[in-house]
Amino acid sequence: MKKFWKVANFRLKAGLICTAVFVIIGFVVYYIPHINPFTFNTYEPKLGASAAHWLGTTSMGQDVVWLLIEAIHNSLLIGLIVALIGTVVGVLVGLLAGFVGGVVDRILMIITDTFVVIPQLPILILMTALMKGGSTVILMALVLAMFAWAWPSRQIRSMALTMKERDFIQVAKFSGEGTLQIVVTEILPYALTWSLSNFMNAVLSAIGSESSLAVLGLSPGNLVSLGNMIQWARNYNAIFNQQYLWIGAPIVATVILFIGLFMLITGYNDYLQVKRGR
Amino acid sequence: MKFKTFFAQRILAWALTIMIGVTFIFFIPRMFPSDPVETMIAQMQSRSGNMDPAEMEALRTKLRVQFGLEGSLLEQYGSFLWNGLLHFDFGPSLMSYPEPVNNIIGRNLPYTLGLSLTSTLVAWIIGNIVGLLAGFRPKKRSSKIMEGIAICIYPIPYFLIALILQIVFAYLLGWFPIQTTLMTRGTFLQWLGSLLKGSILPGLSLLLVGMGWQIISMKSLASTTADEDFVLFARFRGISERKIGISYVFRNCILTQITALAMSLGGVFGGSIMTEIIFGYPGVGQLIQGAILQSDYNMILGCITISIVAISTATLIVDLVYPFIDPRIRYG
Repeated sequence: MKKFWKVANFRLKAGLICTAVFVIIGFVVYYIPHINPFTFNTYEPKLGASAAHWLGTTSMGQDVVWLLIEAIHNSLLIGLIVALIGTVVGVLVGLLAGFVGGVVDRILMIITDTFVVIPQLPILILMTALMKGGSTVILMALVLAMFAWAWPSRQIRSMALTMKERDFIQVAKFSGEGTLQIVVTEILPYALTWSLSNFMNAVLSAIGSESSLAVLGLSPGNLVSLGNMIQWARNYNAIFNQQYLWIGAPIVATVILFIGLFMLITGYNDYLQVKRGR
Repeated sequence: MKFKTFFAQRILAWALTIMIGVTFIFFIPRMFPSDPVETMIAQMQSRSGNMDPAEMEALRTKLRVQFGLEGSLLEQYGSFLWNGLLHFDFGPSLMSYPEPVNNIIGRNLPYTLGLSLTSTLVAWIIGNIVGLLAGFRPKKRSSKIMEGIAICIYPIPYFLIALILQIVFAYLLGWFPIQTTLMTRGTFLQWLGSLLKGSILPGLSLLLVGMGWQIISMKSLASTTADEDFVLFARFRGISERKIGISYVFRNCILTQITALAMSLGGVFGGSIMTEIIFGYPGVGQLIQGAILQSDYNMILGCITISIVAISTATLIVDLVYPFIDPRIRYG
């Protein structure tokens, strides 16, 4: 760990700290017992910042701090589910295409290529517009995951194609390992290091897509997410009423989360390159 | 590879993307339990009070025909492709019945295209210049600052940048209008003035995000190229830094950046939709928002089909221009 910290570049460190803070808020602080922040009129509405309510309360009498913590929790959760599905499917499809080759490869790649270039947002809008009212967190995550697998599967495929020719794979083949075993024991460890940056990228874009849909009013109405929180504040004219803490808190949190994740991704990629170079 | 083969392959991929995209659009609504016709009839009833049962039945059949819900799935698919994709005919809009959807989209699409294409091109040009400077002289403090700003802006979603700009420049400072309003009654110049004034903030938000990516990508390309042997050799030959920057590094990097431009177009269109919604800019994004609010499925289908066609075509054009720019690719 100490060695890692020494080798790591600035962006990786900054991104790691930033993301860690959010993960702690979303998955540790979140579990401190508190009143369900979504309930209306728990507190006096439209309070300013004070010792009891660090970021004040909303027009519906909700505590902004706990609402924000719940939003960070849910947004991260959606991001993680989407990224997990996307990465698992992407790695499987990529490995399959790369290792089996032939017709399977060609068909899979045509589908993958289409998913890479197809404009996501319009189709997401269509799907969520049809589910309006009826969508749940899991459904939302599944819809977002539809577009999360294509890019990793392309990358893993091209990686699999070069790996196939490497010596240690040949050795494994000659020593009688089956294709499945080679893929699981030899290739997968490599693919996973690689997929980590894809995974974080998927978290980032899933949270981004969810909040874009929320601004359109297409995110599940009872879901406290960062996007929905911004949208509610907008709907209740938080800007006009100068409740800057209410609308500002989720905006600032989202911005920091995104910059942190992005620095983590680019820093990690640079770190891998340096590591490979040595 | 012959140019003809490349051309044919590219056109095929373009057609395939649109086909698969449209097939998606066709099948998704049919997979969901909610029936758009019933939703619409319920909405009409709530708006216009009680309707005659016979009249309602007639309306239901008419709507089912209009939505292409009559006949077998294959027939429906065929007529959807024929009407929607080939003739851009999506039936009447329900928000402003009975005006056809394609008329309304035709009115709003130029605004979206104008906004997104202009800001993308400007972002691409500025981003490349800044990225080149930053990558070519990575040790300079200004280079590091520029890259830092780019890294902080690029990952943020379009609508959030738009929202921040709106809060700061429209609400707090009051320099720009909060919502875009076009002067439709006055002279052409008044209209143009109101359009420009209303386009600055939406355009700026698209510009910032687009520029962020171009700076990051150009910087990393330029700093790799600047380390290559031929650049070192050019330095030894005593060629001026300026000339090395322009005709050695820039010309090598710009080709990859053209592909990056093609790749970014899809995202820009989506970003433009979000930005328009924040600022109430009269483009396709606003249409989509209105259509969602009022369950105008014809309009949603129309907007989404047209955006897929528009994005794929824009990408196709950039890709087809590419071989004419890259001297290393010469087709016989």
